[in-house]
This record gives sequence, structure tokens and C-alpha cells, in this order.
Amino acid sequence: MVVRALRDEGVKHIYGYPGGALLHVYDALFQQDDVQHVLVRHEQAATHMADAYARATGKAGVALVTSGPGATNAVTGIATAFTDSIPMVVITGQVMSHLIGEDAFQETDMLGISRPVVKHNFSVRNPEEIPSIIKKAFYIAETGRPGPVVVDIPKDMTTPTDRYPYEYPKSVKLRSYNPISRGHSGQIRKAVDMMLQARRPVIYSGGGVIMGDASAELTELAKMLNFPVTNTLMGLGGYPGTDRQFVGMLGMHGSYEANMAMHHADLILAIGARFDDRVTNAVDKFCPTARIVHIDIDPASISKTVRADVPIVGPSKVVLEEMIEQIKDSKKQPDAAALETWWKQIEEWRSRHGGRYETADSELMKPQQVIEMLSKVTGGDAFVCSDVGQHQMFAAQYYKFNKPNRWINSGGLGTMGFGLPAAMGVKMNFPDADVACVTGEGSIQMNIQELSTCKQYDLPVKVLCLNNQSLGMVRQWQDMNYESRHSQSYMKSLPDFVKLVEAYGHVGMKVDKYADLEGAMREAFSLKDRLVFMDIAVDPFEHVYPMQVPRGAMRDMWLSKTERT
Amino acid sequence: MRHIISVLLENEPGALSRVVGLFSQRNYNIESLTVAPTEDSTLSRLTVTTTGDDRVVEQITKQLNKLIDVVKVVDLSEGEHIERELMMIKLKANGQMRAEIKRTCDIFRGQIIDVTPNTYTVQLVGASDKLDAFIASLGNMASIMEVVRSGVSGIARGEKVLSL
Ligand SMILES: Cc1cc2nc3c(=O)[nH]c(=O)nc-3n(C[C@H](O)[C@H](O)[C@H](O)COP(=O)(O)OP(=O)(O)OC[C@H]3O[C@@H](n4cnc5c(N)ncnc54)[C@H](O)[C@@H]3O)c2cc1C
Ligand SMILES: Cc1ncc(C[n+]2csc(CCOP(=O)(O)OP(=O)(O)O)c2C)c(N)n1
Ligand SMILES: [Mg+2]
Repeated sequence: MVVRALRDEGVKHIYGYPGGALLHVYDALFQQDDVQHVLVRHEQAATHMADAYARATGKAGVALVTSGPGATNAVTGIATAFTDSIPMVVITGQVMSHLIGEDAFQETDMLGISRPVVKHNFSVRNPEEIPSIIKKAFYIAETGRPGPVVVDIPKDMTTPTDRYPYEYPKSVKLRSYNPISRGHSGQIRKAVDMMLQARRPVIYSGGGVIMGDASAELTELAKMLNFPVTNTLMGLGGYPGTDRQFVGMLGMHGSYEANMAMHHADLILAIGARFDDRVTNAVDKFCPTARIVHIDIDPASISKTVRADVPIVGPSKVVLEEMIEQIKDSKKQPDAAALETWWKQIEEWRSRHGGRYETADSELMKPQQVIEMLSKVTGGDAFVCSDVGQHQMFAAQYYKFNKPNRWINSGGLGTMGFGLPAAMGVKMNFPDADVACVTGEGSIQMNIQELSTCKQYDLPVKVLCLNNQSLGMVRQWQDMNYESRHSQSYMKSLPDFVKLVEAYGHVGMKVDKYADLEGAMREAFSLKDRLVFMDIAVDPFEHVYPMQVPRGAMRDMWLSKTERT
Repeated sequence: MRHIISVLLENEPGALSRVVGLFSQRNYNIESLTVAPTEDSTLSRLTVTTTGDDRVVEQITKQLNKLIDVVKVVDLSEGEHIERELMMIKLKANGQMRAEIKRTCDIFRGQIIDVTPNTYTVQLVGASDKLDAFIASLGNMASIMEVVRSGVSGIARGEKVLSL
């Protein structure tokens, strides 16, 4: 019934790992071809694969893990999806229902363990409920503010000899869950009035534009108003990265011009973004002169950390459509003269810093150069799946994303080990696309065993390991706040990655000179059917800049090791 | 400020733990919590008293509303409402103390619901501060052996109702 329900939901792939509590389900999987199961090497990877599928397509990914250790191994992946509001359905096996609570073999209270990191979870108490619970799980995961849903199934609920009537519901209704479908027109009108009067506006958009499929609407709105646009780490690709009106990412490692524009703005239009502490810096110093319009599907995101002057609860796509209509119908026009002055100011900021970094005279490659090369070689159209650390920030800053759903990274939880399984999940579903995993020598080792899964399922992703021989992001903080005491941030005894990936049956390349980079990268991407792992030696002393000064305002930043605003 | 939040909850296993978990996970405090089924057996009614500034309480109600098992939420303290709590209190009571305790009970409209040669058990219903006052005034004369309080339940005054 579980497999049938997944098939009827239209699921093509599930990512998982078998075990005692799931043997009935695995036997059912064996006897059909509609749902393909992908066997990972660690359950965390199964959840990241499902999660990345969701990030790339907007539809819930599915993971299947056994009870006890299988389920606990999945928790990191569930939490990763939860913090970034990603739809996912995770089916966990459970011990027989009569054994629950008896400390049975491989029993863990998965409902309890997962509760703080799921949108909802279900426990199956009667096999007849399986189809309707699975339907509800997808419905809850994908609608409203998306999120992961866990379905815990005791082994005796899937006994193949027990037969029950099966019907997969076409739709579900829950009296206690009614996701909102449009914004309040009066509030939208208020917002539009403010927007048409704004002299120093900024559009600040986030993951809610990506997952809300609203990037076309956002682009149209920004174009018709000539407003500058900044994206959060989760919002990159929501607005074309090469467009003049794009001022870069904002926040802790945001661009100088984006953070300066935010600080001096008189109106901030926040769309599907949650005023995260990595964005706002000190809340009491945040954007002192701005009035704030906040569009979010989750009322709890609004006025949570920063109070909104005009809250609009609704899906970004629908709200933006209505905004665009109202502006078209309005007799007023945006204040062109004021905007011209504002743009002059922004261009001045842009030329002051504008994403520059110091290129060394030595042969040591800068990580930024590697990402710029990736952007060039792939034309800004690749799926870039990142791990966590400095390399992630460089990828966010220097890859120019022109399309949504192509930048796939763990923002809210910052889960090292996310990158490779994420790239696999994308490649599995977009076999013809260029899929890159940008990682560090630290992060890659958290899920490196998945190179074996890549071999089994023929997943020719390109891994770019920015090897700085250290936990660079940690080391940067130690440089800046702990007088360079590098406590446990070195990685001595690194493996020979080339040999290692060859042992897994893939192609390894070592690049340590900038002069070789372009050729090697082009070669890697031309090997369409091989996984290529590029071990790229980069400057181990490099820091990510700009970096906001702790407890400061948006405009307080370090711009280099020696220069501060 | 103190708030009384009333919640209609699906009467499902695990629903209560989601509510309690939310409070601890998000660092909201719970002063008291009561829960019991309603006349509709698929629904429970839960009352939680909490303290926090407006921003925190606004978040609490929004976050509660997000829980899938939560059907409705109101902050009773936003309007006129009635709150009641039940207390049973066991006291050492002998000799002339017995009459003294009885008098205090009468003043507070408490009832003596169980008696032994050495103890009284008193039941008292009222707003929480009335129960506090009763304990305080007994504290001076009798020795308290055990106190059990139900936590606050609340309902809006007038015609307002919290229902489906
Ligand atoms: C090392 C490191 C450094 C970081 N530095 C930065 C940094 O410099 N800058 C930065 O921005 N981030 C940074 N982050 C990421 C940061 O932690 C947050 O994850 C990120 O800022 C949150 O992005 P967001 O506001 O777009 O929210 P998301 O987490 O993407 O949340 C989406 C919001 O949109 C809403 N939403 C969802 N769907 C819809 C819809 N259909 N319609 C309307 N609303 C919807 C949700 O309710 C939610 O409020 C960093 C992370 C790491 C690991
Ligand atoms: C699972 C996990 N553990 C610890 C951290 C804390 N952390 C954040 S970045 C980082 C270093 C990452 O090193 P590496 O992958 O080599 O990337 P680099 O910063 O050097 O580019 C660490 C340890 C984390 N984010 N995730
Ligand atoms: Mg590193």
C-alpha cells in the first residue's frame, strides 16, 4: 500500500536505505517498476537527495529509512529541509506496534525526535489509513509554507498477507489547516501607494520567491518600477544575477552596495524572506529610515524579528501579480527623479567595492577565481549545489545565477555534507543539465561515501573541491575574533582525493595553478558521462569579504583584512 | 504581561506534546496548562497561561496556529473573560485550629471535602489570585500538608465563543 500510494502520488524516485522494519516495503518495491528506489550509502544522503530534488523542482522529494539508527541518521537532513522550508516526505520504519514503548530492537521515538524539525508528522495506527496519510503528508509538505513531513510506519502495518481496501484520495481537506491563497487587497493597495512614493526603495527577496515560483513576477515588478533588488542567500536566482538592477546578496557576507542600500533605504519591500539574523545584523540598528512592507505566506514570519509597517500574508506569486495589476491601473508613477538620484548613489557604492578581491601575484589561486571560472564555463546556467563554509559564500557571491532553483545550498542550518548528495538528487532528475558540487575538503568528507552511489546510478556530477587545507570559515572567525588561534581548524592528513575518487571508479583531477584551471574545468564538463572530482588548491589564507561587523548595523562591514566602513 | 490563551485542538495522540514542545522549543514560558476533551469528542480544549511582551505573545499565537493539530486559538486576555482554577489543599487541623480554618474557608467560599481527626481537605474554586490569597491567609495559622491546583481554565464573557 505504501508503494502503491507513492506511485499514485506520481513519485518517480525515492531515496533510501533498507532495514528490518521496512523489509515488507522493500519487498513491494522489488515487485514493481513505477517507483525507482535509489540506494544511498548513508541515510543523511537520502534526505539531502530528496531535499535537493524539491529545491530544483518545487515538488516534495521522498526518502525512505528504517527505524532506529536509520531514522536518527535522517534527522540532520530533515532539520536541513525544515529550516529552509523545503517540502519533503520522509517515511520511517518503526517496530511492530505492540512493541512500541518496550525499548524494542531498533526502536526510537521518531515522532518525538523529529517533532521540532518537521512541519508535521504522522504515525500509522491502522493499515487502511496509509493512502490517506500519505496523501495528507504530500499536501501538507507542499502547500502553504513548505516543510518536511515524517510518516512513521510500524512494521505490522505493512504485512503483505493482510489485505485492506485501497483507495488513493484525489484531494484532502483538513479542518485545522487551510493554507492562504491570496493576499489582502487593501494591504496590497497600501503597499503600492508607499512604493510609488518611495525615494530610496529596495526589494529584498528570499527563498519564498524561489519556492513560491514567483521569480518572473518579481522581475516584472522590479523592471516596471526600476527598483534595485537584493537577494538573500536562499533567494539567489530569484532575480537575474547579471541584470543591472541586481545589487547582489545582502547580509553578513552581502555586497557592499546591497548592505549600504538597505541601510539608507526609505522603503524595503521584503518578499518571501524572513529577516534572519545573518541578514539584519543588530536588529535595533537595522535600516533606521525604512518603512517595511513584508509579503510572506507564513504570518509567523512577519514581525518576528523586525516589525513590518505593512504586513501582507499570502503566496508571493499571487500577491505580486496583484501588485503589478494595481500599479498598471494606478494613475501615479514611480518618482523617476528620486530614483535617478538613488541609482547614482548605488552605482557609486557599487564602484567603491563591487565584489573586488585581491589577486595574489603568486601562483596561489583565489577561491573567487575558481567560482568566476565556473560561472564562465557553464554560462551561469548550471545547477550549483554547495556545501557549507567559505566556498559556499564565494559561490553565492561570484556565481551569477540567472535562473531560479539552480542555487542549491543549506542556508538556515548550514549543514556540511549537503553538497554532494544534493548534486546527486538534482542530476538524477536533470540528467542532461550541468550539475556542479562546490565543496571544501572539510565538507566533502562528511558524505564522501556517496561517490559509491554515484557509481551505481551513473550520476556524472562535477565536484569542485576548493581545497584550502582547513576549515576555512572557522579559521576566518578565529583570525578575526581569537587572535588567529587556529584551534582544531586545520585538516592535516588529508587524503589524496584523486586516488580516492579513482578508487570509487571516477575521474580525479588535481589543479594547483590558475593557468591550468580553465582547461581542466572545460575538460571536466566535456566528460558528460563521468563524474569528475577536481581537487583545486586555493589560497588557505583567504577570507570572505565583505563581512558585517558583529552587533553593528547593515552598513558596518569589513571590506578586506584591513579596511572597514 | 500575563495572558490566557485558549486552544481548540484535534483530539489526536501526540497533539498535546506538539503544543508543549512548541513552548519549550521556542523558549516561551508556561505558567499553567489544562487540557480535556470537549462536548465534541474529536476536539480538546486547552488553556495555557503565559507571560511575555506583546511581540512574544503575538508569536505564540501565530506559532500555535501553525501547528497542524491546532484548530483555533484565542488570547482570552484581549477581551472580557472569566478564569477559574480549582484547588484542593490538605491542612493539619486539630483542636481549636479546626474552627479557625473553617471560618477562613467560609470567607473564601471554600468547602471542606474530607476530614480526619487531624486533617481537613479543602476545595476552593476561583481566579488564581484568590487561591493565592487563601493559601497566604492559611499559611499564618495552619500548616499546609499538600496543595494541588488544576491550572487555569478560561472562557470569554458574553456571546463570544471559541468553537469550530
Ligand atoms: C556560512 C553561512 C553564511 C551565511 N551568510 C548569509 C548572508 O550573508 N546573507 C544571507 O542572506 N544569508 C546568509 N546565510 C543564510 C541564512 O542563515 C538564512 O538561511 C537566510 O538568510 C534565509 O533566507 P530567507 O530570508 O530568504 O528565508 P528562507 O529560509 O528561504 O525562508 C523563506 C521565507 O519565505 C516564506 N515563504 C515560503 N514560501 C512562500 C511563498 N510561496 N510565498 C511567500 N512567502 C513564502 C517562508 O514563510 C519564509 O519566511 C548564511 C548561511 C551560512 C551557512
Ligand atoms: C555538520 C557541521 N558541522 C560543523 C559546522 C561548522 N562549520 C561551518 S563552516 C565549517 C568549515 C567548513 O570547512 P570546508 O568544508 O573545508 O570549507 P571552507 O570554509 O574551508 O571553504 C565548519 C566546521 C557545520 N556548518 N556543519
Ligand atoms: Mg576548507
